[in-house]
Amino acid sequence: MAYSDKVIDHYENPRNVGGFDGADGDVATGMVGAPACGDVMKLQIKVNAATGVIEDARFKTYGCGSAIASSSLVTEWVKGKTLEQALQIKNTAIAEELALPPVKIHCSILAEDAIKAAVADYRLHHPSAGGAGEGGVLVEQPACTPAG
Amino acid sequence: MSLSRSKPIYLDYAATTPVDPRVVQAMLPYLYDQFGNPASRSHAYGWAAEEAVEIAREHVAQLIGADPREIVWTSGATESNNLALKGAARFHQGKGRHLVTLKTEHKAVLDTMRELEREGFEVTYLDVLPNGLVSLDALKAAVRPDTILVSVMYVNNEIGVIQDIPAIGAWLRSRGVLFHVDAAQATGKVAIDLSTLPVDLMSLSAHKTYGPKGIGALYVRRRPRVRIEAQIHGGGHERGMRSGTLPTHQIVGMGEAYRLARELMATENERIRALRDRLLAGLQRIPEVQVNGDLAQRVAHNLNISFTFVEGESLLMGMKGIAVSSGSACTSASLEPSYVLRALGLSDEVAHSSIRFSVGRFTTAAEVDAAVEKVTATVSRLRELSPLWDMHCAGIDLATVQWAEH
Repeated sequence: MAYSDKVIDHYENPRNVGGFDGADGDVATGMVGAPACGDVMKLQIKVNAATGVIEDARFKTYGCGSAIASSSLVTEWVKGKTLEQALQIKNTAIAEELALPPVKIHCSILAEDAIKAAVADYRLHHPSAGGAGEGGVLVEQPACTPAG
Repeated sequence: MSLSRSKPIYLDYAATTPVDPRVVQAMLPYLYDQFGNPASRSHAYGWAAEEAVEIAREHVAQLIGADPREIVWTSGATESNNLALKGAARFHQGKGRHLVTLKTEHKAVLDTMRELEREGFEVTYLDVLPNGLVSLDALKAAVRPDTILVSVMYVNNEIGVIQDIPAIGAWLRSRGVLFHVDAAQATGKVAIDLSTLPVDLMSLSAHKTYGPKGIGALYVRRRPRVRIEAQIHGGGHERGMRSGTLPTHQIVGMGEAYRLARELMATENERIRALRDRLLAGLQRIPEVQVNGDLAQRVAHNLNISFTFVEGESLLMGMKGIAVSSGSACTSASLEPSYVLRALGLSDEVAHSSIRFSVGRFTTAAEVDAAVEKVTATVSRLRELSPLWDMHCAGIDLATVQWAEH
Protein backbone atom coordinates (compact mmCIF):
# COMPACT_ATOMS: atom_id res chain seq x y z
CA MET A 1 0.00 0.00 0.00
CA ALA A 2 1.29 3.42 -0.87
CA TYR A 3 0.96 5.91 1.98
CA SER A 4 0.57 9.63 1.49
CA ASP A 5 3.49 11.85 2.47
CA LYS A 6 1.45 13.25 5.35
CA VAL A 7 0.72 9.80 6.78
CA ILE A 8 4.38 8.91 6.54
CA ASP A 9 5.37 12.19 8.19
CA HIS A 10 3.00 11.65 11.14
CA TYR A 11 4.06 8.01 11.41
CA GLU A 12 7.76 8.83 11.43
CA ASN A 13 7.46 12.00 13.50
CA PRO A 14 4.31 11.56 15.57
CA ARG A 15 3.26 14.75 17.39
CA ASN A 16 2.33 14.90 21.06
CA VAL A 17 3.03 11.29 21.98
CA GLY A 18 2.51 10.35 25.59
CA GLY A 19 0.03 11.08 28.35
CA PHE A 20 -0.85 13.34 31.23
CA ASP A 21 -1.32 12.52 34.86
CA GLY A 22 -4.80 11.06 34.96
CA ALA A 23 -5.25 12.37 38.52
CA ASP A 24 -5.08 15.94 37.24
CA GLY A 25 -8.64 17.25 37.31
CA ASP A 26 -8.11 19.19 34.08
CA VAL A 27 -7.24 16.05 32.16
CA ALA A 28 -9.75 13.87 30.33
CA THR A 29 -9.16 10.62 28.48
CA GLY A 30 -10.83 9.00 25.52
CA MET A 31 -9.92 5.43 24.65
CA VAL A 32 -11.58 3.90 21.60
CA GLY A 33 -11.16 0.84 19.42
CA ALA A 34 -10.26 -2.71 20.35
CA PRO A 35 -7.17 -4.86 20.01
CA ALA A 36 -9.23 -7.43 18.14
CA CYS A 37 -9.90 -4.89 15.42
CA GLY A 38 -6.24 -3.97 15.17
CA ASP A 39 -6.49 -0.43 16.52
CA VAL A 40 -6.79 1.23 19.91
CA MET A 41 -6.46 5.01 20.31
CA LYS A 42 -5.96 6.77 23.61
CA LEU A 43 -6.40 10.53 23.44
CA GLN A 44 -5.88 12.79 26.43
CA ILE A 45 -6.79 16.46 26.56
CA LYS A 46 -5.88 19.10 29.14
CA VAL A 47 -8.65 21.65 29.44
CA ASN A 48 -8.45 25.11 30.96
CA ALA A 49 -11.39 25.03 33.35
CA ALA A 50 -11.81 28.79 33.21
CA THR A 51 -11.93 29.19 29.43
CA GLY A 52 -13.03 25.71 28.36
CA VAL A 53 -10.18 25.65 25.86
CA ILE A 54 -8.11 22.51 25.20
CA GLU A 55 -4.61 23.69 26.06
CA ASP A 56 -2.70 20.52 25.34
CA ALA A 57 -3.24 17.01 24.00
CA ARG A 58 -1.38 13.70 24.02
CA PHE A 59 -1.99 10.36 22.32
CA LYS A 60 -0.91 6.76 22.19
CA THR A 61 -2.12 4.47 19.44
CA TYR A 62 -1.87 0.78 18.67
CA GLY A 63 -2.73 0.37 15.01
CA CYS A 64 -1.64 0.76 11.45
CA GLY A 65 0.25 3.79 10.12
CA SER A 66 -2.97 5.53 9.16
CA ALA A 67 -4.37 5.09 12.67
CA ILE A 68 -1.20 6.51 14.18
CA ALA A 69 -1.26 9.43 11.73
CA SER A 70 -4.96 10.15 12.36
CA SER A 71 -4.50 10.37 16.11
CA SER A 72 -1.29 12.37 15.82
CA LEU A 73 -3.07 14.86 13.55
CA VAL A 74 -5.99 15.12 15.93
CA THR A 75 -3.75 16.13 18.84
CA GLU A 76 -2.55 19.06 16.72
CA TRP A 77 -6.05 20.03 15.65
CA VAL A 78 -7.75 20.01 19.06
CA LYS A 79 -5.15 22.23 20.71
CA GLY A 80 -6.45 25.75 21.19
CA LYS A 81 -10.02 24.73 20.44
CA THR A 82 -12.95 24.83 22.84
CA LEU A 83 -14.64 21.53 23.59
CA GLU A 84 -17.47 22.50 21.30
CA GLN A 85 -15.08 23.39 18.47
CA ALA A 86 -13.18 20.12 18.95
CA LEU A 87 -16.41 18.20 18.54
CA GLN A 88 -16.83 19.81 15.13
CA ILE A 89 -13.76 17.98 13.79
CA LYS A 90 -15.15 15.42 11.38
CA ASN A 91 -13.58 12.22 10.18
CA THR A 92 -13.95 13.39 6.60
CA ALA A 93 -11.62 16.31 7.30
CA ILE A 94 -9.06 13.98 8.87
CA ALA A 95 -9.30 11.56 5.96
CA GLU A 96 -8.95 14.39 3.48
CA GLU A 97 -5.97 15.99 5.23
CA LEU A 98 -4.13 12.64 5.32
CA ALA A 99 -5.37 11.47 1.90
CA LEU A 100 -6.52 8.19 3.41
CA PRO A 101 -7.64 5.52 0.93
CA PRO A 102 -11.19 4.13 1.36
CA VAL A 103 -9.97 1.04 3.24
CA LYS A 104 -8.42 3.32 5.89
CA ILE A 105 -11.40 5.60 6.47
CA HIS A 106 -12.16 3.70 9.66
CA CYS A 107 -8.94 5.16 11.12
CA SER A 108 -10.28 8.68 10.72
CA ILE A 109 -13.63 7.65 12.19
CA LEU A 110 -11.83 6.20 15.17
CA ALA A 111 -9.88 9.45 15.63
CA GLU A 112 -13.12 11.45 15.60
CA ASP A 113 -14.55 9.01 18.14
CA ALA A 114 -11.48 9.53 20.33
CA ILE A 115 -12.20 13.27 20.46
CA LYS A 116 -15.84 12.64 21.32
CA ALA A 117 -14.83 10.15 24.02
CA ALA A 118 -12.30 12.54 25.57
CA VAL A 119 -14.77 15.44 25.58
CA ALA A 120 -17.48 13.22 27.04
CA ASP A 121 -15.07 12.11 29.75
CA TYR A 122 -14.28 15.74 30.60
CA ARG A 123 -17.93 16.70 30.75
CA LEU A 124 -18.70 13.70 32.90
CA HIS A 125 -16.38 15.09 35.56
CA HIS A 126 -17.21 18.73 34.87
CA PRO A 127 -20.97 18.85 34.37
CA SER A 128 -20.81 22.62 34.10
CA ALA A 129 -18.73 22.30 30.91
CA GLY A 130 -21.94 21.86 28.98
CA GLY A 131 -23.37 19.16 26.79
CA ALA A 132 -23.89 16.98 29.86
CA GLY A 133 -26.93 15.44 28.27
CA GLU A 134 -24.71 13.97 25.62
CA GLY A 135 -23.59 10.98 27.57
CA GLY A 136 -23.18 8.58 24.69
CA VAL A 137 -19.64 8.28 23.47
CA LEU A 138 -19.24 6.03 20.49
CA VAL A 139 -21.38 7.07 17.62
CA GLU A 140 -20.26 5.80 14.25
CA GLN A 141 -18.27 2.62 14.39
CA PRO A 142 -16.20 1.25 11.56
CA ALA A 143 -16.78 -2.23 10.30
CA CYS A 144 -14.93 -4.93 12.17
CA THR A 145 -16.13 -8.38 12.99
CA PRO A 146 -13.84 -9.85 15.61
CA ALA A 147 -14.13 -13.40 16.81
CA GLY A 148 -16.13 -14.87 13.98
CA MET B 1 23.68 5.14 2.09
CA SER B 2 20.29 4.46 3.56
CA LEU B 3 18.51 1.19 2.99
CA SER B 4 15.58 2.87 1.31
CA ARG B 5 17.83 4.04 -1.52
CA SER B 6 18.81 0.49 -2.40
CA LYS B 7 16.58 -2.49 -3.03
CA PRO B 8 14.73 -3.79 0.02
CA ILE B 9 16.11 -6.89 1.69
CA TYR B 10 13.92 -9.76 0.51
CA LEU B 11 12.75 -12.02 3.36
CA ASP B 12 9.53 -13.19 1.75
CA TYR B 13 10.63 -16.36 -0.06
CA ALA B 14 7.41 -18.10 0.98
CA ALA B 15 5.48 -15.61 -1.16
CA THR B 16 7.64 -16.17 -4.19
CA THR B 17 11.28 -16.65 -5.07
CA PRO B 18 13.47 -14.99 -7.66
CA VAL B 19 14.03 -17.17 -10.71
CA ASP B 20 17.49 -18.68 -10.33
CA PRO B 21 19.81 -17.23 -13.02
CA ARG B 22 20.60 -20.79 -14.17
CA VAL B 23 16.88 -21.32 -14.68
CA VAL B 24 16.61 -18.09 -16.67
CA GLN B 25 19.43 -19.24 -18.94
CA ALA B 26 17.76 -22.60 -19.50
CA MET B 27 14.47 -20.92 -20.44
CA LEU B 28 15.70 -18.31 -22.88
CA PRO B 29 16.29 -20.50 -25.98
CA TYR B 30 12.68 -21.65 -25.85
CA LEU B 31 11.28 -18.18 -26.33
CA TYR B 32 12.83 -17.51 -29.73
CA ASP B 33 15.18 -20.16 -31.13
CA GLN B 34 13.15 -23.19 -30.10
CA PHE B 35 9.72 -21.64 -30.09
CA GLY B 36 7.89 -24.65 -31.49
CA ASN B 37 4.63 -26.06 -30.21
CA PRO B 38 5.40 -29.32 -28.40
CA ALA B 39 2.20 -30.73 -29.89
CA SER B 40 3.49 -30.19 -33.46
CA ARG B 41 4.46 -33.68 -34.53
CA SER B 42 5.25 -32.82 -38.13
CA HIS B 43 8.47 -30.82 -37.92
CA ALA B 44 11.72 -30.25 -36.05
CA TYR B 45 10.47 -27.17 -34.16
CA GLY B 46 7.78 -29.26 -32.51
CA TRP B 47 10.12 -32.18 -31.85
CA ALA B 48 12.68 -29.97 -30.09
CA ALA B 49 10.01 -28.39 -27.91
CA GLU B 50 8.49 -31.75 -27.06
CA GLU B 51 11.89 -33.14 -26.10
CA ALA B 52 12.50 -30.17 -23.79
CA VAL B 53 9.09 -30.63 -22.18
CA GLU B 54 9.72 -34.32 -21.55
CA ILE B 55 13.16 -33.71 -20.05
CA ALA B 56 11.59 -31.14 -17.73
CA ARG B 57 8.88 -33.63 -16.83
CA GLU B 58 11.60 -36.09 -15.80
CA HIS B 59 13.30 -33.48 -13.61
CA VAL B 60 10.05 -32.65 -11.86
CA ALA B 61 9.22 -36.34 -11.39
CA GLN B 62 12.69 -37.05 -9.99
CA LEU B 63 12.45 -34.44 -7.25
CA ILE B 64 9.36 -36.15 -5.84
CA GLY B 65 10.17 -39.79 -6.66
CA ALA B 66 7.45 -40.08 -9.28
CA ASP B 67 7.14 -41.47 -12.79
CA PRO B 68 7.23 -38.74 -15.48
CA ARG B 69 3.90 -40.06 -16.79
CA GLU B 70 2.35 -39.06 -13.46
CA ILE B 71 3.09 -35.35 -14.02
CA VAL B 72 0.38 -33.12 -15.52
CA TRP B 73 1.42 -29.55 -16.34
CA THR B 74 -0.81 -26.79 -15.06
CA SER B 75 -0.58 -23.02 -14.66
CA GLY B 76 0.40 -23.33 -11.01
CA ALA B 77 -0.54 -24.83 -7.67
CA THR B 78 -3.91 -23.04 -7.59
CA GLU B 79 -4.96 -24.72 -10.79
CA SER B 80 -3.49 -28.02 -9.59
CA ASN B 81 -5.57 -27.81 -6.41
CA ASN B 82 -8.69 -27.04 -8.45
CA LEU B 83 -8.01 -29.90 -10.84
CA ALA B 84 -7.28 -32.39 -8.06
CA LEU B 85 -10.25 -31.53 -5.85
CA LYS B 86 -12.93 -30.83 -8.45
CA GLY B 87 -11.57 -33.51 -10.77
CA ALA B 88 -11.56 -36.22 -8.12
CA ALA B 89 -14.81 -35.17 -6.42
CA ARG B 90 -16.78 -35.01 -9.65
CA PHE B 91 -15.34 -38.27 -10.96
CA HIS B 92 -15.96 -40.21 -7.75
CA GLN B 93 -19.23 -38.66 -6.60
CA GLY B 94 -21.00 -41.93 -7.26
CA LYS B 95 -19.03 -43.43 -4.33
CA GLY B 96 -19.72 -40.61 -1.90
CA ARG B 97 -19.93 -36.87 -1.59
CA HIS B 98 -17.92 -36.09 1.54
CA LEU B 99 -14.47 -34.46 1.66
CA VAL B 100 -12.15 -33.54 4.53
CA THR B 101 -9.56 -30.78 4.77
CA LEU B 102 -7.94 -28.44 7.32
CA LYS B 103 -8.97 -24.95 8.38
CA THR B 104 -5.39 -23.81 7.78
CA GLU B 105 -5.22 -24.81 4.11
CA HIS B 106 -4.39 -22.31 1.39
CA LYS B 107 -7.34 -20.40 -0.07
CA ALA B 108 -6.89 -22.31 -3.31
CA VAL B 109 -8.04 -25.42 -1.45
CA LEU B 110 -10.59 -23.77 0.86
CA ASP B 111 -12.32 -21.79 -1.88
CA THR B 112 -12.40 -24.84 -4.15
CA MET B 113 -14.01 -26.80 -1.31
CA ARG B 114 -16.58 -24.03 -0.90
CA GLU B 115 -17.39 -24.33 -4.58
CA LEU B 116 -17.84 -28.08 -4.21
CA GLU B 117 -20.17 -27.45 -1.28
CA ARG B 118 -22.28 -25.27 -3.55
CA GLU B 119 -22.47 -28.25 -5.89
CA GLY B 120 -23.85 -30.41 -3.10
CA PHE B 121 -20.69 -31.98 -1.69
CA GLU B 122 -20.21 -31.96 2.07
CA VAL B 123 -16.88 -30.79 3.47
CA THR B 124 -15.42 -31.16 6.97
CA TYR B 125 -12.88 -28.49 7.90
CA LEU B 126 -10.66 -29.86 10.64
CA ASP B 127 -9.22 -27.76 13.45
CA VAL B 128 -5.49 -27.95 14.03
CA LEU B 129 -3.63 -28.18 17.32
CA PRO B 130 -2.14 -24.97 18.79
CA ASN B 131 1.17 -25.87 17.11
CA GLY B 132 -0.51 -25.93 13.69
CA LEU B 133 -0.39 -29.69 13.18
CA VAL B 134 -3.49 -31.80 12.65
CA SER B 135 -4.11 -34.66 15.03
CA LEU B 136 -4.26 -37.98 13.21
CA ASP B 137 -6.99 -39.11 15.59
CA ALA B 138 -9.11 -36.08 14.74
CA LEU B 139 -8.62 -36.81 11.07
CA LYS B 140 -9.54 -40.47 11.52
CA ALA B 141 -12.68 -39.44 13.38
CA ALA B 142 -13.74 -37.15 10.55
CA VAL B 143 -13.51 -39.80 7.82
CA ARG B 144 -16.85 -41.47 7.10
CA PRO B 145 -17.94 -44.31 4.82
CA ASP B 146 -18.93 -41.75 2.17
CA THR B 147 -15.65 -39.81 2.37
CA ILE B 148 -14.02 -39.85 -1.07
CA LEU B 149 -11.05 -37.55 -0.57
CA VAL B 150 -8.92 -35.90 2.13
CA SER B 151 -6.75 -32.88 1.32
CA VAL B 152 -3.91 -31.83 3.64
CA MET B 153 -1.13 -29.39 2.77
CA TYR B 154 2.43 -30.64 3.22
CA VAL B 155 3.84 -27.33 4.47
CA ASN B 156 1.75 -24.40 5.63
CA ASN B 157 2.45 -21.21 3.74
CA GLU B 158 2.15 -18.90 6.75
CA ILE B 159 3.72 -20.82 9.60
CA GLY B 160 5.80 -23.39 7.73
CA VAL B 161 4.72 -26.40 9.80
CA ILE B 162 5.13 -29.83 8.18
CA GLN B 163 2.14 -32.16 8.50
CA ASP B 164 2.74 -35.88 9.03
CA ILE B 165 1.87 -36.80 5.46
CA PRO B 166 3.34 -40.37 5.61
CA ALA B 167 1.19 -41.30 8.63
CA ILE B 168 -1.98 -39.69 7.29
CA GLY B 169 -1.43 -41.23 3.86
CA ALA B 170 -0.83 -44.72 5.22
CA TRP B 171 -4.06 -44.66 7.18
CA LEU B 172 -6.12 -43.23 4.31
CA ARG B 173 -4.68 -45.82 1.93
CA SER B 174 -5.81 -48.56 4.30
CA ARG B 175 -9.31 -47.05 4.17
CA GLY B 176 -9.37 -46.61 0.41
CA VAL B 177 -9.80 -42.84 0.64
CA LEU B 178 -8.06 -40.64 -1.92
CA PHE B 179 -5.35 -38.35 -0.52
CA HIS B 180 -4.47 -34.99 -2.07
CA VAL B 181 -1.49 -33.00 -0.81
CA ASP B 182 -0.77 -29.37 -1.67
CA ALA B 183 3.04 -29.38 -1.76
CA ALA B 184 3.55 -25.88 -3.15
CA GLN B 185 5.60 -24.86 -0.10
CA ALA B 186 7.34 -28.21 0.33
CA THR B 187 9.34 -28.86 -2.83
CA GLY B 188 13.08 -28.44 -2.31
CA LYS B 189 12.50 -28.12 1.44
CA VAL B 190 11.11 -31.50 2.44
CA ALA B 191 12.34 -34.79 0.94
CA ILE B 192 9.43 -36.27 -1.00
CA ASP B 193 9.50 -39.79 -2.40
CA LEU B 194 6.19 -40.78 -3.93
CA SER B 195 7.48 -44.26 -4.71
CA THR B 196 6.88 -44.98 -1.03
CA LEU B 197 4.74 -42.05 0.13
CA PRO B 198 1.04 -43.03 -0.02
CA VAL B 199 -0.29 -39.89 -1.71
CA ASP B 200 -2.62 -39.98 -4.72
CA LEU B 201 -2.59 -36.40 -5.93
CA MET B 202 0.03 -33.73 -5.26
CA SER B 203 -0.01 -30.06 -6.28
CA LEU B 204 3.29 -28.48 -7.28
CA SER B 205 4.38 -24.94 -8.03
CA ALA B 206 7.50 -23.63 -9.77
CA HIS B 207 7.76 -20.12 -8.40
CA LYS B 208 8.20 -21.10 -4.76
CA THR B 209 11.26 -23.12 -5.76
CA TYR B 210 13.25 -20.61 -7.88
CA GLY B 211 11.29 -21.27 -11.07
CA PRO B 212 9.02 -18.92 -13.00
CA LYS B 213 5.47 -17.94 -12.08
CA GLY B 214 2.62 -19.29 -14.17
CA ILE B 215 3.68 -22.92 -14.25
CA GLY B 216 2.98 -25.82 -11.94
CA ALA B 217 2.01 -29.45 -12.07
CA LEU B 218 -0.33 -31.99 -10.60
CA TYR B 219 1.01 -35.41 -9.72
CA VAL B 220 -1.62 -38.05 -10.50
CA ARG B 221 -0.72 -41.53 -9.27
CA ARG B 222 -0.72 -44.39 -11.80
CA ARG B 223 -0.37 -47.36 -9.43
CA PRO B 224 -2.95 -47.72 -8.06
CA ARG B 225 -4.46 -45.63 -10.81
CA VAL B 226 -6.18 -42.42 -9.74
CA ARG B 227 -8.97 -41.13 -11.95
CA ILE B 228 -9.94 -37.49 -12.20
CA GLU B 229 -12.23 -35.51 -14.46
CA ALA B 230 -10.61 -32.83 -16.63
CA GLN B 231 -11.57 -29.26 -15.74
CA ILE B 232 -10.16 -27.55 -18.83
CA HIS B 233 -11.22 -29.04 -22.14
CA GLY B 234 -9.69 -28.62 -25.56
CA GLY B 235 -6.99 -30.36 -27.55
CA GLY B 236 -6.63 -33.28 -25.19
CA HIS B 237 -3.13 -32.38 -24.00
CA GLU B 238 -1.66 -34.01 -20.90
CA ARG B 239 -3.50 -37.30 -21.42
CA GLY B 240 -6.76 -35.43 -21.61
CA MET B 241 -6.43 -34.18 -18.04
CA ARG B 242 -5.50 -30.61 -18.91
CA SER B 243 -5.86 -29.17 -22.37
CA GLY B 244 -4.02 -26.09 -23.60
CA THR B 245 -0.79 -25.51 -25.54
CA LEU B 246 2.14 -26.24 -23.29
CA PRO B 247 4.26 -23.17 -22.41
CA THR B 248 7.60 -24.74 -23.29
CA HIS B 249 9.85 -22.06 -21.78
CA GLN B 250 7.90 -22.07 -18.50
CA ILE B 251 8.03 -25.86 -18.33
CA VAL B 252 11.76 -25.87 -19.05
CA GLY B 253 12.14 -23.34 -16.24
CA MET B 254 10.23 -25.50 -13.79
CA GLY B 255 12.26 -28.54 -14.81
CA GLU B 256 15.57 -26.77 -14.33
CA ALA B 257 14.40 -25.28 -11.02
CA TYR B 258 13.43 -28.71 -9.72
CA ARG B 259 16.67 -30.25 -11.03
CA LEU B 260 18.60 -27.62 -9.08
CA ALA B 261 16.43 -28.15 -6.02
CA ARG B 262 17.23 -31.85 -6.01
CA GLU B 263 20.94 -31.16 -6.41
CA LEU B 264 21.17 -28.38 -3.83
CA MET B 265 18.53 -29.39 -1.30
CA ALA B 266 20.66 -30.98 1.38
CA THR B 267 23.33 -28.30 1.63
CA GLU B 268 20.96 -25.43 0.97
CA ASN B 269 18.52 -26.36 3.71
CA GLU B 270 21.36 -26.56 6.21
CA ARG B 271 22.56 -23.09 5.28
CA ILE B 272 19.05 -21.67 5.34
CA ARG B 273 18.31 -23.23 8.71
CA ALA B 274 21.41 -21.53 10.13
CA LEU B 275 20.21 -18.19 8.78
CA ARG B 276 16.71 -18.71 10.14
CA ASP B 277 18.12 -19.64 13.55
CA ARG B 278 20.31 -16.53 13.46
CA LEU B 279 17.20 -14.47 12.71
CA LEU B 280 15.25 -16.16 15.49
CA ALA B 281 18.04 -15.68 18.02
CA GLY B 282 18.25 -11.99 17.12
CA LEU B 283 14.50 -11.40 17.34
CA GLN B 284 14.14 -13.32 20.58
CA ARG B 285 16.23 -10.65 22.28
CA ILE B 286 13.14 -8.44 21.94
CA PRO B 287 10.86 -8.89 24.97
CA GLU B 288 7.38 -10.37 24.61
CA VAL B 289 7.70 -12.10 21.26
CA GLN B 290 6.27 -15.50 20.42
CA VAL B 291 6.88 -17.94 17.60
CA ASN B 292 3.69 -19.13 15.91
CA GLY B 293 3.53 -22.78 14.88
CA ASP B 294 5.67 -25.73 15.83
CA LEU B 295 9.35 -24.87 15.65
CA ALA B 296 10.62 -28.44 15.24
CA GLN B 297 8.11 -29.76 12.67
CA ARG B 298 8.80 -26.83 10.39
CA VAL B 299 10.62 -26.06 7.17
CA ALA B 300 14.00 -24.46 7.64
CA HIS B 301 13.27 -21.19 5.92
CA ASN B 302 10.14 -20.03 7.76
CA LEU B 303 9.76 -17.93 10.87
CA ASN B 304 6.36 -16.59 11.91
CA ILE B 305 6.62 -14.44 14.97
CA SER B 306 4.32 -12.11 16.90
CA PHE B 307 5.53 -8.86 18.40
CA THR B 308 2.71 -8.38 20.85
CA PHE B 309 1.23 -4.92 21.45
CA VAL B 310 2.45 -3.72 18.06
CA GLU B 311 0.15 -3.84 15.05
CA GLY B 312 1.64 -5.71 12.09
CA GLU B 313 1.01 -3.22 9.35
CA SER B 314 2.57 -0.34 11.28
CA LEU B 315 5.52 -2.64 11.90
CA LEU B 316 5.86 -3.30 8.17
CA MET B 317 5.68 0.43 7.54
CA GLY B 318 8.55 1.03 9.94
CA MET B 319 10.53 -1.80 8.38
CA LYS B 320 10.59 -0.35 4.92
CA GLY B 321 13.74 -1.68 3.41
CA ILE B 322 12.78 -5.20 4.54
CA ALA B 323 10.27 -7.15 2.44
CA VAL B 324 8.19 -9.48 4.65
CA SER B 325 4.53 -10.42 5.10
CA SER B 326 2.18 -9.66 7.95
CA GLY B 327 -0.58 -11.75 9.51
CA SER B 328 -2.43 -8.55 10.11
CA ALA B 329 -5.08 -7.90 7.52
CA CYS B 330 -5.53 -4.23 8.22
CA THR B 331 -5.75 -3.51 4.51
CA SER B 332 -8.48 -6.05 3.87
CA ALA B 333 -12.08 -4.90 4.00
CA SER B 334 -12.94 -7.23 6.87
CA LEU B 335 -9.98 -6.09 9.02
CA GLU B 336 -9.72 -9.66 10.21
CA PRO B 337 -6.28 -11.05 10.94
CA SER B 338 -4.90 -14.23 9.40
CA TYR B 339 -7.32 -17.15 9.57
CA VAL B 340 -4.36 -19.50 9.90
CA LEU B 341 -3.13 -17.81 13.06
CA ARG B 342 -6.69 -17.63 14.39
CA ALA B 343 -6.98 -21.39 13.82
CA LEU B 344 -3.99 -21.88 16.15
CA GLY B 345 -6.06 -20.23 18.85
CA LEU B 346 -4.11 -16.97 18.82
CA SER B 347 -5.96 -13.94 20.10
CA ASP B 348 -6.70 -11.27 17.53
CA GLU B 349 -4.17 -8.84 18.91
CA VAL B 350 -1.40 -11.43 18.78
CA ALA B 351 -2.43 -12.37 15.23
CA HIS B 352 -2.47 -8.70 14.24
CA SER B 353 1.09 -8.44 15.57
CA SER B 354 2.58 -11.24 13.51
CA ILE B 355 5.20 -11.09 10.81
CA ARG B 356 6.24 -13.91 8.50
CA PHE B 357 9.93 -13.97 7.65
CA SER B 358 11.06 -16.46 5.06
CA VAL B 359 14.70 -16.72 4.03
CA GLY B 360 16.02 -18.41 0.93
CA ARG B 361 18.76 -19.24 -1.53
CA PHE B 362 20.07 -15.71 -1.91
CA THR B 363 19.73 -14.51 1.70
CA THR B 364 22.96 -13.51 3.47
CA ALA B 365 23.86 -13.32 7.15
CA ALA B 366 24.40 -9.57 6.74
CA GLU B 367 20.82 -9.19 5.50
CA VAL B 368 19.52 -11.16 8.46
CA ASP B 369 21.49 -8.97 10.86
CA ALA B 370 20.22 -5.80 9.21
CA ALA B 371 16.65 -7.09 9.47
CA VAL B 372 17.05 -7.90 13.17
CA GLU B 373 18.38 -4.41 13.83
CA LYS B 374 15.56 -2.74 11.92
CA VAL B 375 12.82 -4.85 13.50
CA THR B 376 14.20 -4.32 17.00
CA ALA B 377 14.27 -0.54 16.57
CA THR B 378 10.80 -0.40 15.00
CA VAL B 379 9.15 -2.62 17.63
CA SER B 380 10.70 -0.54 20.38
CA ARG B 381 9.51 2.72 18.82
CA LEU B 382 5.98 1.45 18.20
CA ARG B 383 5.66 0.05 21.70
CA GLU B 384 6.48 3.52 22.99
CA LEU B 385 3.43 4.61 21.00
CA SER B 386 1.21 1.73 22.06
CA PRO B 387 -1.40 2.16 24.81
CA LEU B 388 -1.58 -1.63 25.00
CA TRP B 389 2.10 -1.86 25.85
CA ASP B 390 1.56 0.69 28.66
CA MET B 391 -1.33 -1.36 29.99
CA HIS B 392 0.71 -4.55 29.77
CA CYS B 393 3.60 -2.91 31.63
CA ALA B 394 1.13 -1.72 34.27
CA GLY B 395 0.12 -5.34 34.79
CA ILE B 396 -3.30 -5.07 33.17
CA ASP B 397 -4.52 -8.24 31.45
CA LEU B 398 -5.94 -7.03 28.14
CA ALA B 399 -8.37 -9.93 28.06
CA THR B 400 -10.15 -8.51 31.10
CA VAL B 401 -10.64 -5.06 29.58
CA GLN B 402 -14.08 -4.17 28.30
CA TRP B 403 -13.35 -2.91 24.80
CA ALA B 404 -15.80 -0.90 22.78
CA GLU B 405 -15.71 -3.53 20.06
CA HIS B 406 -16.70 -2.25 16.70
